[in-house]
Amino acid sequence: MANVGYSKKVMEHFMNPRNVGVIENCDGYGKVGNPICGDVMEIFIKVKDDIITDIKFRTFGCGSAIATSSMVTELAKGKHVDEAVKITRSDVANELEGLPPQKMHCSNLAADALHEAIKDYRNRKQQKK
Amino acid sequence: MPRIYLDHASSMPIDPRVFEFAKPYITTSHGNPSSLHSVGLEAKRAIEESRKKIAEFIHAENENTIIFTGGATEANNLAVKGTALRNITQGKVVVASAIEHMSVLNPMKELQKNGFSFTILPVDSTGMVDLKKLETILTKDTVITSVMYANNEIGTIEPIREISKIVHEKGMYLHVDAVAAEGRIPIDVQKESIDLLTVSSNDLYGPPGAGALYIKPGVKIQSVLLGGGQERGLRSGTENIFAIAGMGEAARISQQEMQNESSRLIPIRDKFIKEILKIDQSYLTGHSTKRLPHHASFRFSYIEGESILLNMDMYDIQVSTGSACSSKTLEPSHVLLAIGLKHEEAHGSMVLTLGRSTTIDDVEPVRKATNDTIQRLRKLSPMSQEWRK
Repeated sequence: MANVGYSKKVMEHFMNPRNVGVIENCDGYGKVGNPICGDVMEIFIKVKDDIITDIKFRTFGCGSAIATSSMVTELAKGKHVDEAVKITRSDVANELEGLPPQKMHCSNLAADALHEAIKDYRNRKQQKK
Repeated sequence: MPRIYLDHASSMPIDPRVFEFAKPYITTSHGNPSSLHSVGLEAKRAIEESRKKIAEFIHAENENTIIFTGGATEANNLAVKGTALRNITQGKVVVASAIEHMSVLNPMKELQKNGFSFTILPVDSTGMVDLKKLETILTKDTVITSVMYANNEIGTIEPIREISKIVHEKGMYLHVDAVAAEGRIPIDVQKESIDLLTVSSNDLYGPPGAGALYIKPGVKIQSVLLGGGQERGLRSGTENIFAIAGMGEAARISQQEMQNESSRLIPIRDKFIKEILKIDQSYLTGHSTKRLPHHASFRFSYIEGESILLNMDMYDIQVSTGSACSSKTLEPSHVLLAIGLKHEEAHGSMVLTLGRSTTIDDVEPVRKATNDTIQRLRKLSPMSQEWRK
């Protein structure tokens, strides 16, 4: 089994990531990271009455980049956007039973991608009004 | 599925024959070679016997040219700093190829604090050093030039004889790090006219914890580690007899078996390369022919190397990567950047290094696992979707 200091939960999400893919007619979209740095994440959300009813992601990156993306989609799904926007990087890391210290910054962008998607959703909603 | 270990460049199992040979030196003949009693003398004899075997292995003038160290990193540090500082009145320029191991590059960087200037010798897209450039950058002030025999990440074998000729016409000493090449291709320090050469024990199926520096007679060098004055004062510290005795025996066995083993591995390596390059958007890194017999290295677009490594490990196949995310510094491999890859390309590398346990039957399961891994990770990757559009 792989052991680069990843928890079992990180490896489980890396091997079986939840909510992978694209939502064609999404209500919010967020993309963070940079291929040069080795991490790019994008998150798509479908929202009804301010509740995140569906969420999907795609990630280019290392094991923890993929696992954190998967975890953040699980945490956000079904939540009110006002609640989901409060999900932090450390919430994601804690839910994954921790990340190696050097991964806490660069490969823990998933919460940022979620926040971007919610921001995009709110902007779109604003424009409709 | 049984384990398929393809990371021999990182660490190798100790040869059982070597283990049996060296075992007494941590059990019954465990003496300190500096002790004058009989147990100490047994240890001393083991070191001297090993020294002879290492000298024969690299075709050195005699065994007194061999200084044992705690490993290749130490030997590289001694070669670089020891010659530069000892010959500081001769010149203050040090040169290394861009793809040297960090244990050569970092000591050279450090020497800048002592007033040395450090010049990097570029390589082409296959990892071969630029001989024309070497001619232009060397001056009589260049005290040491370091070029590896072959590279551990891309397998490219350097033209050491030509390099040696140029270095000796223009500069002073040539240091060659032979860790990736040793036991895979013959090494002859006299024919190649090498002044300093680094070898390690583990890369010969010897115990980890020993290395050696060959120092040509007449080369002026000083120690970097101060203490009790072991190894002619050049490497203080009580010798690791088990590792040193084992290293000599490993070198002796390797010398006998190298030719057959390399001939056995070359067709297996070529089959790995042929099969894996069938995967879409996959590329060989390093030279296609001037390549170590046990080395196959690749890069795959749109995915990241640490993910490749972890995913392959799920099939119990161990590989290596030059990806930033797998390194302690979080920088992508300086070797892959030096051969001209972009950062995002350098992230997606996979290195297979074959060994005695590798057989032709390993190719198919590894090909399949690699293909499944690449396809799965590309499905996850936002970049590959852009490519498909």
